[in-house]
Amino acid sequence: MIEVEGVTKSFTVRRRTGRFRWSRTRVRAVDGVSFRVEPGEFVGYLGPNGAGKSTTIKMLTGILSPSSGTVRVCGLDPSRQRTALARRLGVVFGQRTTLWWDLPLRDSLTLVRHLYRVEAAAFRSRLAELSALLELEPFLDTPVRQLSLGQRMRGDLAAALLHDPRLLVLDEPTIGLDVVSKATVRAFLERLNTERGTTVLLTTHDLGDIERLCRRVMIVDRGRLAYDGGLAGLRDAVGADRQLVVDLARPAPPIALPGVQAVRVDGPRQWLRLPREANAAAVVAAVAERFEVVDIALRETDIEELVTRLYGRARDDRAAGR
Amino acid sequence: MGVLPWVAWYAFRRHTAYPLGLAAEAVTNTAFGFMRAWILVALWRERPALGGYDVADAVTFCFLTQALIGPVQIFGGMELTRRIRDGDVAIDLYRPVGLQGWWLADDLGRAAGALLLRGGLPPAVGALVFPLRLPGPSGAAAFAVSLVLAVVVGFGLRYLVALAVFWLHDDRGPAAVALVMSLFFSGMILPLVAFPGLLGEVARALPWAALVQVPADVFLGKRTGADLAAALAFQAGWAAVLLAAGRLLTAAARRRLVVHGG
Repeated sequence: MIEVEGVTKSFTVRRRTGRFRWSRTRVRAVDGVSFRVEPGEFVGYLGPNGAGKSTTIKMLTGILSPSSGTVRVCGLDPSRQRTALARRLGVVFGQRTTLWWDLPLRDSLTLVRHLYRVEAAAFRSRLAELSALLELEPFLDTPVRQLSLGQRMRGDLAAALLHDPRLLVLDEPTIGLDVVSKATVRAFLERLNTERGTTVLLTTHDLGDIERLCRRVMIVDRGRLAYDGGLAGLRDAVGADRQLVVDLARPAPPIALPGVQAVRVDGPRQWLRLPREANAAAVVAAVAERFEVVDIALRETDIEELVTRLYGRARDDRAAGR
Repeated sequence: MGVLPWVAWYAFRRHTAYPLGLAAEAVTNTAFGFMRAWILVALWRERPALGGYDVADAVTFCFLTQALIGPVQIFGGMELTRRIRDGDVAIDLYRPVGLQGWWLADDLGRAAGALLLRGGLPPAVGALVFPLRLPGPSGAAAFAVSLVLAVVVGFGLRYLVALAVFWLHDDRGPAAVALVMSLFFSGMILPLVAFPGLLGEVARALPWAALVQVPADVFLGKRTGADLAAALAFQAGWAAVLLAAGRLLTAAARRRLVVHGG
């Protein structure tokens, strides 16, 4: 569905260096990125601000041309066959809208119908289906300027899907949404992927989106792909420890066991760091043998921590010239 | 039917969504029309038959051009400028339709809305005070064609200014230059027929003449027969040149595009 091979995108940045002097610097927003996305996949594309995520999305959709490398999307070259590709692709830019501010949502969707040449009957049934799934009916006739952000985003999703694309590209679709709106959007995207088989590429800073929806994540940092794989693999790649939270009957000195380290003590509660290879059951048994234990919980490192560590590691590698 | 007539129709709806705002602009245009009219009356009383116009021609010219301010957007400006500056143009560039065609259709819809809600009041109120000249049916038909061409030329000029933002990242410089050129060389400040000698010849050959002076001359019946055909060809020629330049500049902008704001 998507084939990206050695893609680089450079921009010239002008900086003022004196009253009448300017210097020009070539900045690589995307630096030799390669990946493939197969039909039916739901892939998260993560990275800090300025990492090159949006630039990649714009090259995939034909808005920008790569400086070098090749991009194929739905079998087409996006920058040369942009018009043909746009008819097979749905795109949502979370911080921008395809809807017309001063018109009711229904009018915007009708214009999108003409834009993608959707037959009247197909449009009616597709709009009914999307209205039901995204709960659009209560505000279909409301001007877009009067919609909440969550309603507008649902309208944008409907606009991106009216022509039933095989691939949906989402650039931060849940940015700024409240928890209820996020849940609605996530549930819809999950159904779209599992029931209709639509391939989805999602960029986001919301790691809840990734945990809920993506079986595969790609992490980009400073234009380079730092990780490509499953979430479980991400824990192994980062070498993430686990934590055992132990509530003792009474305060005690920091627990010391082979390979286990107490990283925090707060009254009777202690947080123990376990290496990934440690046998958690054996550690629990050892603690229970030595102390009176009231409660115990094993926690995996959460995804935010994992991603933060991965960003940091990628920067350290870059600094060391690796 | 392609999508562009729909774009024009929805642009018309969008730009007439706030009729009170347009009515306020029409009142303003009418009030300024009276100020201009008294100045022109004073001038033509001093110089009767200046440029081949009489006083009735001059005041008709005045109120007609006040009516054209909205449709040909004589003061410049275009929504596309803001969209390039803040990166929303990414949405426009992604659509399966050319950028220039989309915005031309949008501008035709906008101009129709402005003509409907802003264009009627200045001549209607002006006619209560001054003897205005009205064209016959064939003159009105020729004026309609000339007006459409004026809108296209106006779009062509403003589109080029908007695209400059791809390179300059801000439109204030080119917009200020375009405003001065537009006001002075269109005939809005003074009919171009009153410009003397070489200045007048140059002014009447520039594209801004196609915005106001040529449609006004057609309306007043100053251009008939072969002269009318030449007037319309002048407008159509500039429209073609500007749209071709816009097409080239759009292609160049796509090549060097930087989308602002992620």
